[in-house]
Amino acid sequence: MLEIRGLTASINDKPILHGISLDVPQGEVHAIMGPNGSGKSTLAYVLAGREDYAVTAGSVTFDGHDLLAMAPEQRAAAGVFLAFQAPVELPGVGNANFLRTALNALRRSRGEDELDAVQFLKLARAETKRLAMPDDMLRRNVNVGFSGGEKKRNEVLQMAILRPRLAILDETDSGLDIDALKIVADGVNALRGPDFSALVITHHQRLLDHIVPDRVHVLVGGRIVRSGGPDLARELEAQGYAQVIAEAA
Amino acid sequence: MPAVTETLDTVQSVTQSGYKWGWETDIEMDLAPKGLSEDTIALISDRKQEPDWLLQWRLKAFAAWQQMEEPHWARVEHQPIDYQDLHYYAAPKKKPGLKSLDEVDPELLKMYEKLGIPLKERAILAGVDPDAGENRQIAVDAVFDSVSVATTFRATLSKAGVIFCPISEAVRDYPELVQKYLGTVVPVGDNFFAALNSAVFTDGSFCYVPKGVRCPMELSTYFRINARNTGQFERTLIIAEAGAYVSYLEGCTAPMRDENQLHAAVVELVAMDDAQIKYSTVQNWYPGDAEGRGGIYNFVTKRGACRGARSKISWTQVETGSAITWKYPSCVLHGEDSVGEFYSVAVTNNRQQADTGTKMIHIGRGSRSTIVSKGISAGKSNNTYRGLVRVLPSASGARNHTQCDSLLIGDQCGAHTVPYIESRNPTAKVEHEATTSKIADDQLFYCRQRGLSEEDAVNLIVNGFCKEVLKELPMEFAVEAQKLLAVSLEGSVG
Repeated sequence: MLEIRGLTASINDKPILHGISLDVPQGEVHAIMGPNGSGKSTLAYVLAGREDYAVTAGSVTFDGHDLLAMAPEQRAAAGVFLAFQAPVELPGVGNANFLRTALNALRRSRGEDELDAVQFLKLARAETKRLAMPDDMLRRNVNVGFSGGEKKRNEVLQMAILRPRLAILDETDSGLDIDALKIVADGVNALRGPDFSALVITHHQRLLDHIVPDRVHVLVGGRIVRSGGPDLARELEAQGYAQVIAEAA
Repeated sequence: MPAVTETLDTVQSVTQSGYKWGWETDIEMDLAPKGLSEDTIALISDRKQEPDWLLQWRLKAFAAWQQMEEPHWARVEHQPIDYQDLHYYAAPKKKPGLKSLDEVDPELLKMYEKLGIPLKERAILAGVDPDAGENRQIAVDAVFDSVSVATTFRATLSKAGVIFCPISEAVRDYPELVQKYLGTVVPVGDNFFAALNSAVFTDGSFCYVPKGVRCPMELSTYFRINARNTGQFERTLIIAEAGAYVSYLEGCTAPMRDENQLHAAVVELVAMDDAQIKYSTVQNWYPGDAEGRGGIYNFVTKRGACRGARSKISWTQVETGSAITWKYPSCVLHGEDSVGEFYSVAVTNNRQQADTGTKMIHIGRGSRSTIVSKGISAGKSNNTYRGLVRVLPSASGARNHTQCDSLLIGDQCGAHTVPYIESRNPTAKVEHEATTSKIADDQLFYCRQRGLSEEDAVNLIVNGFCKEVLKELPMEFAVEAQKLLAVSLEGSVG
């Protein structure tokens, strides 16, 4: 479903990604692990279409379409969702209003009927409940005054409501206590199925105890230096990145 | 067509497409000759069949105006205005003294229909008693250039004892009320533009709510400038007697023209003991094109006097139009424990200039005021908040809270905040908070990643920024205002 070929990208003329190739087939969850500064977040932003990043070579196709040619909102309409590492605050914009506007924009672009306020609230309340989040999460302004953990859970709530086909989770586990981590993991696991793929970016193996990936890739210095099954994550945790980097060199 | 002209036309049509109200209505007009003199004023007074006291009042204002200089302290720039090159009276040709809407020129009615104003009483059209049917009605006074052309729901209102009519009629039918209050809040020599208005005002709305009456419906006035080379100088006077309540809304539009047109209105509000006046404005005069050609000069004096104890006056304004806005709706808080409020959203795009804010004058003990100002600048525009909070020695325990936020879109616009605070009572508490922010790239990207187009994202963020003010508008108009914000900011990103 997602095919990345020889992707290189830079920000402010500084090369970050040095030729990444990666396939995420439909229905699979892949993890990307790597030390700080290895290019994990850059990869997430490039896939979502952030304009600050320049793609200098390579290609990315999503369902056979050229993802890099699409505007961010077109990628969203195609089913790409990025759970932000640092979710952005929108003062004065109610969470429910934001989510309904987003959901209806996506539905419109797919030729589906828009949901009215009542239909939407029913859906949104069911999801907040399932994710053990307080109802007032919907009433509050988007991420304003949210704790770090609440922001991450809000990302997962958005994901649950927008139902993407490919979710990219950019260090969604960072800053979460174990209970919040479980909630986030449950949120992702609930979506797992033949029509859902995910790219789980994480620094720690901890999250992968709860979201067990089909494949693990190790990103170092803007390159994927190793790929393997779920065991690779535990191996990394035990040995540290240094060992893997040394072996790859 | 030469390529350059074609390009210019295309650019013009694209940048002006946002202004939907830009057409001109072809109606035979009765125009006064250009120029301003005692003769012009006598002519206006004569056309309006005014009593002599009003003519004398106008002439006094004119004499004061001639001694005054156009003010230049605001952060706005414009070409000199030739006050002798304007028509000071323009009225649709029609026999005076219309008995009903049916006698109104159908072209005029068509125009108001285009504007979406429910001028024809829908209930009456449907053949039902207006009192029985719709639970939410709005009475409308429509002012076209210099005259009021129609006022709706007057029967229903008069049953409640509320007078709502064109001020020219009030002068005729309720002269003692008009004479008692006119010019008592904004005196004839108050400032250059107010003096000009006092000399030449042609029409506007008059509203009187008697003691203890809660006005049964929203009142509103739509102002439309149509004729070329005319100024519009409307005068509005609203009086709420003890314990009365009224909510009033005005809306304004004008055709698109290359030249600038002058609009210098005066609004006076009087609230007695426990009375409340809520005055909302959605100002959408033609703002000029992207290069700053044309547009309305909106030089307006609005002031409310909270004369009674516990009286309250709230100004809510959404200012999206006009080439230049110079406007400071104010409250003079005479009454003990009286309350003044000012909620404002001012949007400037392209080359628009806005210098707007408020004055809260605390005189009564325990008087309180709240100021919430949201300025949004885009394009190459300049947006200034200018506000005065003055606490006189008599105003023990006075309170003011001011919140002044500016939002910048793009990097070629300006936002300025100029607060003046003068407290002469040691027990007063005055607070001022101000913020300036930009719509950040990461906010836009976040919204777009969730599927919103860039324009929708800007609208969402802008509406969020203005929420505190928009919620003060009557429901129907809040929705209108949101749409207007979106239209005004079209093409401001990307």
